[in-house]
Amino acid sequence: MKPFRDTWLIFQRQTLLILRNPVWLIIGVLQPLYFLLLFGPLLKDALQADSAAAAYRIFVPGLLVMLAMFGAMFTGFGLIAELRAGVIERSRVTPISRVALMLGRALRDVATLLFQALLITVLAIPFGLTVHLGDLLLAFLMLGLIGVMMSAASNALALKLKTEDALAPLMNGLAQPLLLLSGILLPLTGWVATVAKFNPFAWAVDASRALFAGDAGDPKVWQSLLILGVLTVAALMWAGRSFARGVR
Amino acid sequence: MIETKGLRKSFKSRQGRETKTVEAVRGVDLFVQEGEIFGFLGPNGAGKTTTLRMLATLIEPDGGEATIAGADLRKAPGEVRRRIGYVAQGGTTWDEVSAREELVLHARMYGISKAEAQRRAVRALEAFQLTEYADRKCKTYSGGQRRRVDIALGIIHEPKVIFLDEPTTGLDPQSRAHMWDEIRRLRAEGMTIFVTTHYLEEADALCDRMAIMDHGQIVAEGTPAELKREISGDVVTVGLNGSTPKAAELFDTEAYIKKLETVDDGGLRLYVDEGATAIPLILRKLDAAGIALGSIELHRPSLDDVFLEKTGRSLRES
Repeated sequence: MKPFRDTWLIFQRQTLLILRNPVWLIIGVLQPLYFLLLFGPLLKDALQADSAAAAYRIFVPGLLVMLAMFGAMFTGFGLIAELRAGVIERSRVTPISRVALMLGRALRDVATLLFQALLITVLAIPFGLTVHLGDLLLAFLMLGLIGVMMSAASNALALKLKTEDALAPLMNGLAQPLLLLSGILLPLTGWVATVAKFNPFAWAVDASRALFAGDAGDPKVWQSLLILGVLTVAALMWAGRSFARGVR
Repeated sequence: MIETKGLRKSFKSRQGRETKTVEAVRGVDLFVQEGEIFGFLGPNGAGKTTTLRMLATLIEPDGGEATIAGADLRKAPGEVRRRIGYVAQGGTTWDEVSAREELVLHARMYGISKAEAQRRAVRALEAFQLTEYADRKCKTYSGGQRRRVDIALGIIHEPKVIFLDEPTTGLDPQSRAHMWDEIRRLRAEGMTIFVTTHYLEEADALCDRMAIMDHGQIVAEGTPAELKREISGDVVTVGLNGSTPKAAELFDTEAYIKKLETVDDGGLRLYVDEGATAIPLILRKLDAAGIALGSIELHRPSLDDVFLEKTGRSLRES
Protein backbone atom coordinates (compact mmCIF):
# COMPACT_ATOMS: atom_id res chain seq x y z
CA MET A 1 0.00 0.00 0.00
CA LYS A 2 2.72 2.46 0.97
CA PRO A 3 4.31 2.81 -2.48
CA PHE A 4 0.86 3.48 -3.97
CA ARG A 5 -0.02 6.07 -1.35
CA ASP A 6 3.37 7.75 -1.78
CA THR A 7 3.06 7.75 -5.57
CA TRP A 8 -0.38 9.32 -5.28
CA LEU A 9 1.04 11.98 -2.95
CA ILE A 10 3.73 13.00 -5.44
CA PHE A 11 1.32 12.76 -8.38
CA GLN A 12 -1.15 15.09 -6.61
CA ARG A 13 1.47 17.76 -5.94
CA GLN A 14 2.87 17.56 -9.47
CA THR A 15 -0.57 17.78 -11.06
CA LEU A 16 -1.45 20.73 -8.85
CA LEU A 17 1.61 22.55 -10.17
CA ILE A 18 0.57 21.92 -13.79
CA LEU A 19 -2.99 23.06 -13.19
CA ARG A 20 -1.70 26.17 -11.45
CA ASN A 21 0.37 27.07 -14.50
CA PRO A 22 -1.27 25.27 -17.43
CA VAL A 23 0.59 27.19 -20.11
CA TRP A 24 2.96 24.24 -20.76
CA LEU A 25 0.01 21.93 -21.10
CA ILE A 26 -1.19 24.11 -23.99
CA ILE A 27 2.27 24.56 -25.52
CA GLY A 28 2.70 20.79 -25.52
CA VAL A 29 -0.41 20.38 -27.61
CA LEU A 30 0.53 23.12 -30.10
CA GLN A 31 3.13 21.12 -32.02
CA PRO A 32 0.86 18.18 -32.86
CA LEU A 33 -1.91 20.65 -33.56
CA TYR A 34 0.22 22.46 -36.12
CA PHE A 35 1.06 19.12 -37.73
CA LEU A 36 -2.62 18.22 -37.79
CA LEU A 37 -3.65 21.49 -39.43
CA LEU A 38 -0.66 22.39 -41.61
CA PHE A 39 0.97 19.06 -42.47
CA GLY A 40 -2.09 16.81 -42.63
CA PRO A 41 -3.61 18.46 -45.74
CA LEU A 42 -0.46 17.64 -47.75
CA LEU A 43 -0.73 13.94 -47.08
CA LYS A 44 -3.54 12.96 -49.41
CA ASP A 45 -1.35 13.65 -52.43
CA ALA A 46 1.94 12.62 -50.81
CA LEU A 47 0.59 9.24 -49.71
CA GLN A 48 -1.57 8.88 -52.83
CA ALA A 49 -4.44 8.12 -50.49
CA ASP A 50 -8.00 7.64 -51.76
CA SER A 51 -9.29 10.53 -49.73
CA ALA A 52 -8.18 13.16 -47.19
CA ALA A 53 -9.95 11.13 -44.50
CA ALA A 54 -7.92 8.02 -45.36
CA ALA A 55 -4.72 10.03 -45.11
CA TYR A 56 -5.71 11.32 -41.67
CA ARG A 57 -6.46 7.76 -40.53
CA ILE A 58 -2.84 6.90 -41.30
CA PHE A 59 -1.29 10.12 -40.01
CA VAL A 60 -3.10 10.86 -36.70
CA PRO A 61 -2.22 7.53 -34.96
CA GLY A 62 1.46 8.28 -35.62
CA LEU A 63 1.04 11.86 -34.49
CA LEU A 64 -0.24 10.59 -31.13
CA VAL A 65 2.88 8.46 -30.70
CA MET A 66 4.99 11.53 -31.42
CA LEU A 67 3.05 13.45 -28.79
CA ALA A 68 3.73 10.72 -26.21
CA MET A 69 7.43 10.56 -27.11
CA PHE A 70 8.14 14.26 -26.92
CA GLY A 71 5.66 15.05 -24.19
CA ALA A 72 7.63 13.05 -21.65
CA MET A 73 11.08 13.21 -23.18
CA PHE A 74 11.96 16.64 -21.83
CA THR A 75 10.58 16.12 -18.34
CA GLY A 76 14.15 15.79 -17.01
CA PHE A 77 14.55 19.56 -17.27
CA GLY A 78 11.86 20.03 -14.66
CA LEU A 79 13.63 17.57 -12.41
CA ILE A 80 16.90 19.48 -12.69
CA ALA A 81 15.07 22.62 -11.55
CA GLU A 82 13.67 20.66 -8.60
CA LEU A 83 17.13 19.31 -7.78
CA ARG A 84 18.48 22.83 -7.75
CA ALA A 85 15.70 24.05 -5.47
CA GLY A 86 16.54 21.30 -2.99
CA VAL A 87 13.07 19.74 -3.25
CA ILE A 88 14.37 16.31 -4.27
CA GLU A 89 16.93 16.14 -1.50
CA ARG A 90 14.31 17.17 1.05
CA SER A 91 12.09 14.34 -0.19
CA ARG A 92 14.92 11.84 0.04
CA VAL A 93 15.52 12.39 3.75
CA THR A 94 11.95 11.30 4.44
CA PRO A 95 11.04 7.60 4.46
CA ILE A 96 8.91 8.08 1.29
CA SER A 97 9.27 5.28 -1.26
CA ARG A 98 12.10 6.08 -3.72
CA VAL A 99 10.12 4.56 -6.60
CA ALA A 100 7.18 6.80 -5.73
CA LEU A 101 9.33 9.92 -6.16
CA MET A 102 9.92 8.91 -9.76
CA LEU A 103 6.64 7.18 -10.56
CA GLY A 104 4.53 10.07 -9.23
CA ARG A 105 6.30 12.36 -11.68
CA ALA A 106 6.06 9.88 -14.55
CA LEU A 107 2.32 9.51 -13.99
CA ARG A 108 1.95 13.29 -14.11
CA ASP A 109 3.52 13.16 -17.56
CA VAL A 110 1.19 10.33 -18.58
CA ALA A 111 -1.88 12.22 -17.37
CA THR A 112 -0.74 15.31 -19.25
CA LEU A 113 -0.08 13.51 -22.51
CA LEU A 114 -3.28 11.46 -22.41
CA PHE A 115 -5.24 14.68 -21.96
CA GLN A 116 -3.40 16.14 -24.96
CA ALA A 117 -3.87 12.96 -26.97
CA LEU A 118 -7.61 13.00 -26.27
CA LEU A 119 -7.74 16.62 -27.43
CA ILE A 120 -5.94 15.81 -30.71
CA THR A 121 -8.12 12.73 -31.30
CA VAL A 122 -11.32 14.72 -30.85
CA LEU A 123 -10.03 17.54 -33.07
CA ALA A 124 -9.12 15.00 -35.78
CA ILE A 125 -12.65 13.52 -35.95
CA PRO A 126 -13.97 16.32 -38.22
CA PHE A 127 -11.11 15.51 -40.60
CA GLY A 128 -12.39 11.96 -40.96
CA LEU A 129 -10.68 10.03 -38.17
CA THR A 130 -12.65 7.01 -36.96
CA VAL A 131 -11.89 4.62 -34.14
CA HIS A 132 -13.65 2.12 -31.85
CA LEU A 133 -13.56 2.86 -28.14
CA GLY A 134 -11.86 -0.45 -27.26
CA ASP A 135 -9.12 0.10 -29.84
CA LEU A 136 -8.69 3.70 -28.66
CA LEU A 137 -8.24 2.55 -25.05
CA LEU A 138 -5.62 0.02 -26.14
CA ALA A 139 -3.84 2.72 -28.16
CA PHE A 140 -3.91 5.04 -25.13
CA LEU A 141 -2.48 2.25 -22.98
CA MET A 142 0.41 2.10 -25.39
CA LEU A 143 0.83 5.87 -25.28
CA GLY A 144 0.84 5.62 -21.48
CA LEU A 145 3.65 3.05 -21.58
CA ILE A 146 5.65 5.32 -23.88
CA GLY A 147 5.05 8.18 -21.47
CA VAL A 148 6.25 6.27 -18.38
CA MET A 149 9.26 4.95 -20.27
CA MET A 150 10.37 8.31 -21.67
CA SER A 151 9.71 10.11 -18.40
CA ALA A 152 11.69 7.58 -16.39
CA ALA A 153 14.58 7.58 -18.86
CA SER A 154 14.62 11.37 -19.05
CA ASN A 155 14.65 11.67 -15.26
CA ALA A 156 17.39 9.06 -14.90
CA LEU A 157 19.54 10.97 -17.42
CA ALA A 158 18.79 14.26 -15.65
CA LEU A 159 19.97 12.77 -12.34
CA LYS A 160 23.14 11.60 -14.02
CA LEU A 161 23.96 14.77 -15.95
CA LYS A 162 22.57 17.29 -13.44
CA THR A 163 22.71 20.30 -15.79
CA GLU A 164 20.47 21.50 -18.58
CA ASP A 165 23.57 22.27 -20.65
CA ALA A 166 24.42 18.59 -20.81
CA LEU A 167 20.86 17.28 -21.06
CA ALA A 168 19.63 19.52 -23.90
CA PRO A 169 22.06 18.45 -26.66
CA LEU A 170 21.68 14.79 -25.70
CA MET A 171 17.88 14.94 -25.82
CA ASN A 172 17.85 16.79 -29.13
CA GLY A 173 20.41 14.39 -30.52
CA LEU A 174 18.15 11.48 -29.63
CA ALA A 175 14.84 13.06 -30.58
CA GLN A 176 15.61 13.74 -34.23
CA PRO A 177 16.67 10.22 -35.34
CA LEU A 178 13.93 8.63 -33.23
CA LEU A 179 11.35 10.79 -34.98
CA LEU A 180 12.72 10.31 -38.50
CA LEU A 181 13.07 6.55 -38.01
CA SER A 182 9.54 6.14 -36.66
CA GLY A 183 7.61 6.49 -39.89
CA ILE A 184 5.32 9.12 -38.45
CA LEU A 185 5.85 11.72 -41.14
CA LEU A 186 6.29 9.50 -44.20
CA PRO A 187 6.11 5.75 -44.81
CA LEU A 188 9.51 4.13 -44.38
CA THR A 189 11.15 2.33 -47.33
CA GLY A 190 14.47 0.78 -48.29
CA TRP A 191 17.36 0.54 -45.84
CA VAL A 192 15.83 3.22 -43.61
CA ALA A 193 12.95 0.83 -42.95
CA THR A 194 15.47 -1.87 -41.99
CA VAL A 195 17.22 0.42 -39.51
CA ALA A 196 13.85 1.47 -38.13
CA LYS A 197 13.20 -2.10 -37.00
CA PHE A 198 15.48 -1.27 -34.07
CA ASN A 199 13.39 1.77 -33.13
CA PRO A 200 10.65 0.76 -30.65
CA PHE A 201 8.66 3.82 -31.66
CA ALA A 202 8.42 2.57 -35.25
CA TRP A 203 6.72 -0.54 -33.83
CA ALA A 204 4.46 1.67 -31.73
CA VAL A 205 3.47 3.71 -34.79
CA ASP A 206 2.59 0.54 -36.74
CA ALA A 207 0.55 -0.79 -33.81
CA SER A 208 -1.22 2.53 -33.31
CA ARG A 209 -2.19 2.59 -37.02
CA ALA A 210 -3.48 -0.98 -36.80
CA LEU A 211 -5.61 -0.08 -33.78
CA PHE A 212 -7.10 3.02 -35.42
CA ALA A 213 -7.83 0.88 -38.48
CA GLY A 214 -9.87 -1.39 -36.19
CA ASP A 215 -7.44 -4.29 -36.42
CA ALA A 216 -6.57 -5.07 -32.80
CA GLY A 217 -5.65 -8.63 -33.82
CA ASP A 218 -2.70 -7.46 -35.92
CA PRO A 219 0.45 -9.14 -34.44
CA LYS A 220 2.14 -5.71 -34.48
CA VAL A 221 -0.16 -4.72 -31.59
CA TRP A 222 0.93 -7.35 -29.08
CA GLN A 223 4.51 -7.20 -30.29
CA SER A 224 4.63 -3.47 -29.76
CA LEU A 225 2.98 -3.72 -26.34
CA LEU A 226 5.50 -6.38 -25.34
CA ILE A 227 8.51 -4.35 -26.53
CA LEU A 228 7.27 -1.19 -24.83
CA GLY A 229 6.35 -3.09 -21.66
CA VAL A 230 9.83 -4.56 -21.30
CA LEU A 231 11.50 -1.21 -22.04
CA THR A 232 9.20 0.57 -19.59
CA VAL A 233 10.07 -1.82 -16.76
CA ALA A 234 13.77 -1.44 -17.57
CA ALA A 235 13.53 2.36 -17.59
CA LEU A 236 11.62 2.31 -14.30
CA MET A 237 14.27 0.19 -12.64
CA TRP A 238 17.03 2.42 -13.96
CA ALA A 239 15.34 5.60 -12.78
CA GLY A 240 14.32 4.06 -9.45
CA ARG A 241 17.94 3.18 -8.74
CA SER A 242 19.03 6.68 -9.72
CA PHE A 243 16.52 8.19 -7.30
CA ALA A 244 17.75 5.94 -4.53
CA ARG A 245 21.43 6.74 -4.87
CA GLY A 246 22.42 9.01 -7.71
CA VAL A 247 21.42 12.34 -6.21
CA ARG A 248 24.26 14.43 -4.90
CA MET B 1 22.12 10.64 20.57
CA ILE B 2 24.64 10.49 17.72
CA GLU B 3 27.67 8.23 17.84
CA THR B 4 29.98 7.56 14.92
CA LYS B 5 33.07 5.41 14.64
CA GLY B 6 35.54 5.65 11.80
CA LEU B 7 33.07 7.08 9.29
CA ARG B 8 34.69 7.26 5.87
CA LYS B 9 33.77 8.44 2.38
CA SER B 10 35.79 8.96 -0.75
CA PHE B 11 34.73 10.21 -4.15
CA LYS B 12 36.15 9.51 -7.56
CA SER B 13 36.70 12.63 -9.58
CA ARG B 14 37.73 12.67 -13.20
CA GLN B 15 40.27 15.14 -14.46
CA GLY B 16 40.76 14.59 -18.12
CA ARG B 17 41.68 10.92 -18.47
CA GLU B 18 42.88 10.35 -14.95
CA THR B 19 40.51 9.34 -12.19
CA LYS B 20 41.51 10.68 -8.83
CA THR B 21 40.15 9.41 -5.54
CA VAL B 22 39.41 12.18 -3.11
CA GLU B 23 39.13 11.09 0.50
CA ALA B 24 36.49 13.53 1.66
CA VAL B 25 35.94 12.02 5.11
CA ARG B 26 38.75 9.99 6.68
CA GLY B 27 37.56 8.30 9.83
CA VAL B 28 35.27 10.51 11.87
CA ASP B 29 34.44 9.69 15.49
CA LEU B 30 31.75 11.84 17.02
CA PHE B 31 29.67 11.72 20.15
CA VAL B 32 26.70 14.02 20.52
CA GLN B 33 24.65 14.01 23.69
CA GLU B 34 20.89 14.18 23.87
CA GLY B 35 19.47 17.69 24.06
CA GLU B 36 22.60 19.61 23.14
CA ILE B 37 23.42 21.98 20.34
CA PHE B 38 26.48 20.50 18.68
CA GLY B 39 28.46 22.76 16.37
CA PHE B 40 30.39 21.39 13.42
CA LEU B 41 33.03 23.75 12.08
CA GLY B 42 35.58 23.61 9.37
CA PRO B 43 36.87 25.40 6.29
CA ASN B 44 35.22 24.79 2.91
CA GLY B 45 36.07 21.36 1.59
CA ALA B 46 36.87 19.98 5.03
CA GLY B 47 34.23 17.27 4.68
CA LYS B 48 31.52 18.81 6.88
CA THR B 49 28.68 18.55 4.41
CA THR B 50 29.74 15.06 3.30
CA THR B 51 29.68 13.90 6.93
CA LEU B 52 26.30 15.52 7.43
CA ARG B 53 24.87 13.94 4.29
CA MET B 54 26.07 10.52 5.39
CA LEU B 55 24.42 10.97 8.79
CA ALA B 56 21.21 12.11 7.06
CA THR B 57 21.16 8.90 4.93
CA LEU B 58 21.65 10.83 1.68
CA ILE B 59 24.93 9.14 0.77
CA GLU B 60 26.25 5.80 1.83
CA PRO B 61 29.45 5.71 3.91
CA ASP B 62 32.34 3.63 2.52
CA GLY B 63 33.23 2.46 6.00
CA GLY B 64 32.63 2.98 9.70
CA GLU B 65 29.54 2.85 11.84
CA ALA B 66 27.00 5.30 13.16
CA THR B 67 24.07 5.13 15.51
CA ILE B 68 21.59 7.98 15.40
CA ALA B 69 18.76 8.26 17.89
CA GLY B 70 19.15 4.56 18.59
CA ALA B 71 18.97 3.42 14.96
CA ASP B 72 21.87 1.93 13.02
CA LEU B 73 22.74 4.08 10.03
CA ARG B 74 23.98 1.23 7.84
CA LYS B 75 21.47 -1.45 8.79
CA ALA B 76 18.31 0.63 9.21
CA PRO B 77 18.52 3.87 7.21
CA GLY B 78 14.72 3.94 6.97
CA GLU B 79 14.45 4.02 10.74
CA VAL B 80 17.08 6.78 10.92
CA ARG B 81 15.03 8.82 8.42
CA ARG B 82 11.97 8.60 10.65
CA ARG B 83 13.92 9.88 13.66
CA ILE B 84 15.91 12.73 12.15
CA GLY B 85 15.28 15.97 10.34
CA TYR B 86 17.70 17.50 7.85
CA VAL B 87 17.82 21.02 6.50
CA ALA B 88 20.13 21.40 3.53
CA GLN B 89 22.30 24.39 2.84
CA GLY B 90 20.78 25.93 -0.23
CA GLY B 91 17.08 26.02 0.60
CA THR B 92 14.43 23.38 0.12
CA THR B 93 11.20 25.06 -0.98
CA TRP B 94 9.54 25.28 -4.38
CA ASP B 95 8.69 28.73 -5.73
CA GLU B 96 5.15 28.09 -6.87
CA VAL B 97 3.62 26.64 -3.71
CA SER B 98 2.91 28.12 -0.30
CA ALA B 99 4.59 27.32 2.99
CA ARG B 100 1.42 25.62 4.20
CA GLU B 101 1.29 23.36 1.13
CA GLU B 102 4.96 22.43 1.55
CA LEU B 103 4.50 21.67 5.23
CA VAL B 104 1.43 19.49 4.68
CA LEU B 105 3.04 17.50 1.86
CA HIS B 106 6.29 17.07 3.75
CA ALA B 107 4.49 15.79 6.84
CA ARG B 108 2.55 13.36 4.67
CA MET B 109 5.80 12.01 3.21
CA TYR B 110 6.41 10.67 6.72
CA GLY B 111 3.17 8.72 6.53
CA ILE B 112 1.21 11.22 8.62
CA SER B 113 -2.51 11.48 7.78
CA LYS B 114 -3.82 14.48 5.89
CA ALA B 115 -5.83 15.90 8.82
CA GLU B 116 -2.93 15.52 11.24
CA ALA B 117 -0.52 17.01 8.68
CA GLN B 118 -2.75 20.07 8.38
CA ARG B 119 -2.87 20.46 12.17
CA ARG B 120 0.90 20.22 12.38
CA ALA B 121 1.34 22.75 9.58
CA VAL B 122 -0.80 25.26 11.50
CA ARG B 123 1.25 24.72 14.64
CA ALA B 124 4.57 25.00 12.79
CA LEU B 125 3.49 28.17 10.98
CA GLU B 126 2.59 29.73 14.32
CA ALA B 127 5.77 28.59 16.04
CA PHE B 128 7.93 30.09 13.29
CA GLN B 129 5.82 33.25 12.94
CA LEU B 130 4.84 32.47 9.38
CA THR B 131 1.06 32.42 9.75
CA GLU B 132 0.74 35.80 8.05
CA TYR B 133 2.40 34.53 4.85
CA ALA B 134 1.27 30.92 5.10
CA ASP B 135 -0.75 30.90 1.87
CA ARG B 136 1.49 33.06 -0.29
CA LYS B 137 3.82 31.42 -2.75
CA CYS B 138 7.32 30.72 -1.44
CA LYS B 139 8.89 32.90 -4.13
CA THR B 140 7.43 35.99 -2.42
CA TYR B 141 9.21 35.32 0.89
CA SER B 142 12.29 37.09 2.22
CA GLY B 143 15.49 35.11 2.79
CA GLY B 144 14.85 34.87 6.50
CA GLN B 145 11.23 33.78 6.07
CA ARG B 146 12.20 31.15 3.55
CA ARG B 147 14.89 29.81 5.87
CA ARG B 148 12.32 29.56 8.67
CA VAL B 149 10.10 27.52 6.38
CA ASP B 150 13.07 25.21 5.72
CA ILE B 151 13.55 24.63 9.45
CA ALA B 152 9.83 24.18 10.02
CA LEU B 153 9.85 21.51 7.28
CA GLY B 154 12.79 19.81 8.94
CA ILE B 155 10.98 19.35 12.24
CA ILE B 156 7.37 18.81 11.10
CA HIS B 157 7.56 15.11 12.02
CA GLU B 158 8.96 15.89 15.49
CA PRO B 159 12.36 14.25 15.05
CA LYS B 160 14.72 13.52 17.92
CA VAL B 161 17.69 14.97 16.06
CA ILE B 162 17.80 17.81 13.57
CA PHE B 163 20.75 18.41 11.23
CA LEU B 164 21.12 22.00 10.08
CA ASP B 165 23.63 22.73 7.32
CA GLU B 166 24.70 26.36 7.65
CA PRO B 167 21.26 27.64 8.67
CA THR B 168 22.31 31.28 8.93
CA THR B 169 24.48 31.66 5.82
CA GLY B 170 23.26 34.56 3.75
CA LEU B 171 20.97 36.00 6.41
CA ASP B 172 21.18 39.57 7.66
CA PRO B 173 22.25 40.06 11.31
CA GLN B 174 18.69 40.48 12.54
CA SER B 175 17.45 37.29 10.85
CA ARG B 176 20.48 35.48 12.16
CA ALA B 177 19.76 36.46 15.74
CA HIS B 178 16.18 35.39 15.15
CA MET B 179 17.40 32.01 13.83
CA TRP B 180 19.56 31.50 16.91
CA ASP B 181 16.49 32.00 19.08
CA GLU B 182 14.60 29.43 17.00
CA ILE B 183 17.43 26.92 17.40
CA ARG B 184 17.56 27.47 21.16
CA ARG B 185 13.79 27.01 21.31
CA LEU B 186 14.15 23.62 19.59
CA ARG B 187 16.68 22.59 22.21
CA ALA B 188 14.30 23.73 24.95
CA GLU B 189 11.71 21.42 23.41
CA GLY B 190 14.12 18.52 23.90
CA MET B 191 15.58 18.19 20.43
CA THR B 192 19.24 17.43 19.76
CA ILE B 193 20.68 19.86 17.24
CA PHE B 194 23.65 19.23 14.97
CA VAL B 195 24.59 22.43 13.19
CA THR B 196 27.37 23.30 10.78
CA THR B 197 28.47 26.88 10.56
CA HIS B 198 31.05 29.16 9.07
CA TYR B 199 30.71 31.73 11.79
CA LEU B 200 32.89 31.26 14.85
CA GLU B 201 30.96 33.75 16.93
CA GLU B 202 27.85 31.76 16.09
CA ALA B 203 29.37 28.51 17.33
CA ASP B 204 30.62 30.34 20.41
CA ALA B 205 27.27 31.85 21.26
CA LEU B 206 25.03 28.99 20.27
CA CYS B 207 26.71 25.65 20.77
CA ASP B 208 27.02 23.58 23.92
CA ARG B 209 29.80 21.56 22.35
CA MET B 210 31.54 21.58 19.03
CA ALA B 211 33.97 19.80 16.79
CA ILE B 212 36.39 21.25 14.26
CA MET B 213 36.95 19.30 11.08
CA ASP B 214 39.82 19.70 8.65
CA HIS B 215 40.99 17.55 5.74
CA GLY B 216 38.33 14.95 6.48
CA GLN B 217 39.19 14.48 10.13
CA ILE B 218 38.13 15.85 13.49
CA VAL B 219 40.98 17.97 14.81
CA ALA B 220 39.36 19.27 18.01
CA GLU B 221 36.27 18.59 20.07
CA GLY B 222 34.87 20.11 23.26
CA THR B 223 32.85 22.98 24.66
CA PRO B 224 33.77 26.35 23.17
CA ALA B 225 35.29 27.34 26.54
CA GLU B 226 37.33 24.11 26.75
CA LEU B 227 38.67 24.53 23.25
CA LYS B 228 39.72 28.06 23.89
CA ARG B 229 41.38 27.10 27.15
CA GLU B 230 43.21 24.29 25.46
CA ILE B 231 44.85 26.72 23.09
CA SER B 232 46.45 29.31 25.24
CA GLY B 233 44.39 29.94 28.32
CA ASP B 234 43.49 33.54 29.14
CA VAL B 235 45.74 36.55 29.04
CA VAL B 236 45.76 39.10 31.86
CA THR B 237 47.44 42.38 30.96
CA VAL B 238 48.36 44.62 33.87
CA GLY B 239 49.42 48.20 33.40
CA LEU B 240 52.10 49.22 35.91
CA ASN B 241 53.44 52.69 36.39
CA GLY B 242 57.19 52.19 36.38
CA SER B 243 57.65 49.15 38.57
CA THR B 244 57.55 46.53 35.86
CA PRO B 245 60.85 44.70 36.59
CA LYS B 246 59.96 44.34 40.24
CA ALA B 247 56.55 42.93 39.39
CA ALA B 248 58.03 40.56 36.84
CA GLU B 249 60.29 39.14 39.51
CA LEU B 250 57.30 38.78 41.77
CA PHE B 251 55.25 36.70 39.34
CA ASP B 252 58.10 34.65 37.95
CA THR B 253 57.77 32.03 40.66
CA GLU B 254 53.98 31.76 40.73
CA ALA B 255 52.72 28.36 39.59
CA TYR B 256 49.44 29.57 38.06
CA ILE B 257 51.26 31.81 35.61
CA LYS B 258 52.32 29.82 32.60
CA LYS B 259 54.15 32.53 30.73
CA LEU B 260 55.07 36.13 31.27
CA GLU B 261 55.86 38.89 28.81
CA THR B 262 56.78 42.48 29.26
CA VAL B 263 54.61 44.95 27.40
CA ASP B 264 56.39 47.75 25.59
CA ASP B 265 54.67 50.66 27.24
CA GLY B 266 55.26 49.44 30.76
CA GLY B 267 53.27 46.55 32.04
CA LEU B 268 53.06 42.79 31.98
CA ARG B 269 51.22 40.20 29.97
CA LEU B 270 50.45 37.17 32.13
CA TYR B 271 49.30 33.90 30.54
CA VAL B 272 47.05 31.95 32.89
CA ASP B 273 44.69 28.99 32.65
CA GLU B 274 41.66 30.87 33.78
CA GLY B 275 41.54 34.62 34.05
CA ALA B 276 38.59 34.78 36.39
CA THR B 277 40.39 32.96 39.21
CA ALA B 278 43.84 34.38 38.45
CA ILE B 279 42.89 38.05 38.65
CA PRO B 280 42.17 38.09 42.43
CA LEU B 281 45.49 36.33 43.07
CA ILE B 282 47.35 38.80 40.89
CA LEU B 283 45.72 41.78 42.59
CA ARG B 284 46.47 40.46 46.06
CA LYS B 285 50.12 39.80 45.13
CA LEU B 286 50.62 43.30 43.76
CA ASP B 287 48.87 44.83 46.75
CA ALA B 288 51.02 42.90 49.23
CA ALA B 289 54.19 44.08 47.46
CA GLY B 290 52.94 47.63 47.47
CA ILE B 291 52.97 48.01 43.67
CA ALA B 292 50.44 50.47 42.31
CA LEU B 293 48.26 49.09 39.55
CA GLY B 294 47.40 51.35 36.64
CA SER B 295 44.99 49.09 34.75
CA ILE B 296 44.03 45.48 34.34
CA GLU B 297 42.58 43.78 31.30
CA LEU B 298 41.43 40.22 30.61
CA HIS B 299 41.66 38.84 27.10
CA ARG B 300 40.09 35.49 26.29
CA PRO B 301 41.23 33.73 23.14
CA SER B 302 38.59 33.68 20.44
CA LEU B 303 37.53 30.57 18.58
CA ASP B 304 39.35 32.07 15.65
CA ASP B 305 42.60 31.56 17.62
CA VAL B 306 41.53 27.94 18.20
CA PHE B 307 40.78 27.46 14.57
CA LEU B 308 44.08 28.98 13.51
CA GLU B 309 45.98 26.72 15.90
CA LYS B 310 44.13 23.53 14.87
CA THR B 311 43.95 23.96 11.10
CA GLY B 312 46.85 26.27 10.41
CA ARG B 313 44.65 28.90 8.82
CA SER B 314 42.09 31.43 9.84
CA LEU B 315 38.49 30.51 9.10
CA ARG B 316 37.98 33.84 7.38
CA GLU B 317 40.65 33.24 4.77
CA SER B 318 39.65 29.65 4.08
